[in-house]
Amino acid sequence: MSSASDILDGVLTTPLNGEHVARAARMVPFAGYDMPVQYEGILAEHLWTRANAGLFDVSHMGQAFLIGPDHATTAAALEALIPADIRNLAPGRQRYSQLLADDGGILDDLMVTRPVDPADDGKLFLVVNAACKVADFAHIRAKLPAVITLVEAPERALVALQGPKAAAVMARLSPESDALAFMAARWTAVAGVAAHVSRSGYTGEDGFEISVADTDAVALWRALLAEPEVKPIGLGARDSLRLEAGLCLYGHDIDTTTSPVEAALVWSIQKRRREEGGFPGAARIQRELAEGPARVRVGLKPEGRAPAREGTEIVADGRVVGRVTSGGFGPSVGGPIAMGYVEAAFAKPGTALDLVVRGKPLPAQVVTMPFVPNGYKR
Amino acid sequence: MSVRYTQDHEWVRLDGDVATVGITKYAQEQLGDVVFVELPEIGRTVTKGVELAVVESVKAASDVFAPLAGEVVEVNSALPDAPQGVNEDPEGAAWFVKLRVADQGEFDGLMDAVSYKAFVDSL
Repeated sequence: MSSASDILDGVLTTPLNGEHVARAARMVPFAGYDMPVQYEGILAEHLWTRANAGLFDVSHMGQAFLIGPDHATTAAALEALIPADIRNLAPGRQRYSQLLADDGGILDDLMVTRPVDPADDGKLFLVVNAACKVADFAHIRAKLPAVITLVEAPERALVALQGPKAAAVMARLSPESDALAFMAARWTAVAGVAAHVSRSGYTGEDGFEISVADTDAVALWRALLAEPEVKPIGLGARDSLRLEAGLCLYGHDIDTTTSPVEAALVWSIQKRRREEGGFPGAARIQRELAEGPARVRVGLKPEGRAPAREGTEIVADGRVVGRVTSGGFGPSVGGPIAMGYVEAAFAKPGTALDLVVRGKPLPAQVVTMPFVPNGYKR
Repeated sequence: MSVRYTQDHEWVRLDGDVATVGITKYAQEQLGDVVFVELPEIGRTVTKGVELAVVESVKAASDVFAPLAGEVVEVNSALPDAPQGVNEDPEGAAWFVKLRVADQGEFDGLMDAVSYKAFVDSL
């Protein structure tokens, strides 16, 4: 029997490792796991996902259930750790949020789902980043009241089917999933495999995240790849897709030094929580909401063709006013794109800045994100 | 006319005292999709091992090093507008730079095709 975290030679593997290797994916170490960075090439995989449907193995991510006596109690326990409104999260709905440190810095970002089935009242399903999961789960456990239990689910695999044709695939393999609205979730079957399906993802496209028992992962993977719209996609294209979508990558665009307000994630803090507070760092976040943060995450469009990578200094008025946190080539944009933090005075779209690439200041402009229109089902 | 190779995966073809420099098929396979190429100024004098050009893939930037000393006499001006050529024909049309060679002895010290293949196979 396999597990979502089999250990081979000190490197963790997902239940789909053999599938990646059999398809001659280029494998790289990522967050302690042996993961596919590309199959046929990042550019082709990126463009395939934007036009068709890409299948990603994200089984390295951390899945867990918070289990309490009723929704109000479990939601209150989680709300003590994150700034999203979970109390008013409807059954079958999902929210993006952040685990916060006491100073308002971001410990990790995560997805929270309230099960739709009344029999699951009091349960919340969490998905956190692979590199943070051990620390996240320890942090959550340390803060939970006695009546709430965190149950990790290392025996579950997770795949993401992303792209404009993902819905057509699911209409054939899982009609109940195809009927889901954006940021909704349910337990159902996909190609005959019992699964927890949410209509979400991290590419800017319409799509689904599908959680299944690790023993079913290969069957699901093969069933999805048997559909003509679907190709396997590596972590390389996942990164360029999420960058074009203006989405943060933990450890790069957000970390313990950045608050959700600085990170331009205010949309993920619902009105009740902004007003009431009651989450770690609430004082800082409410102050930043009222006064505006000193620095803010922005999109950057370099002129010319040279990509500005993470760490690139952002210069204005002859001094450094910020730094790139993610940058590279946007295959769908057809040119370089970046995001980074700048002093608030330089955050307005249209502001001209210089990005210092290999010692040379290259002109760039602050732009609104996403870099490509998102395809979420509304 | 012969071609030699460096451990940094540049190839060099010597015609008279002019060396044409590019990156090898192996290098472009490792890089993946090339999206940007930065070439030096014509007239620049370089010593062996200095950064001569930059090639960027979707994921990362890599330096192209001068395989031998010389003066930059020509650059492949088609590359900046069509960097994907590096993936398509790295050891042909997608050459990077031509150098007027200062010391042809440096060329003789580079790996020949057989040695380079053995080197790549050892990686």
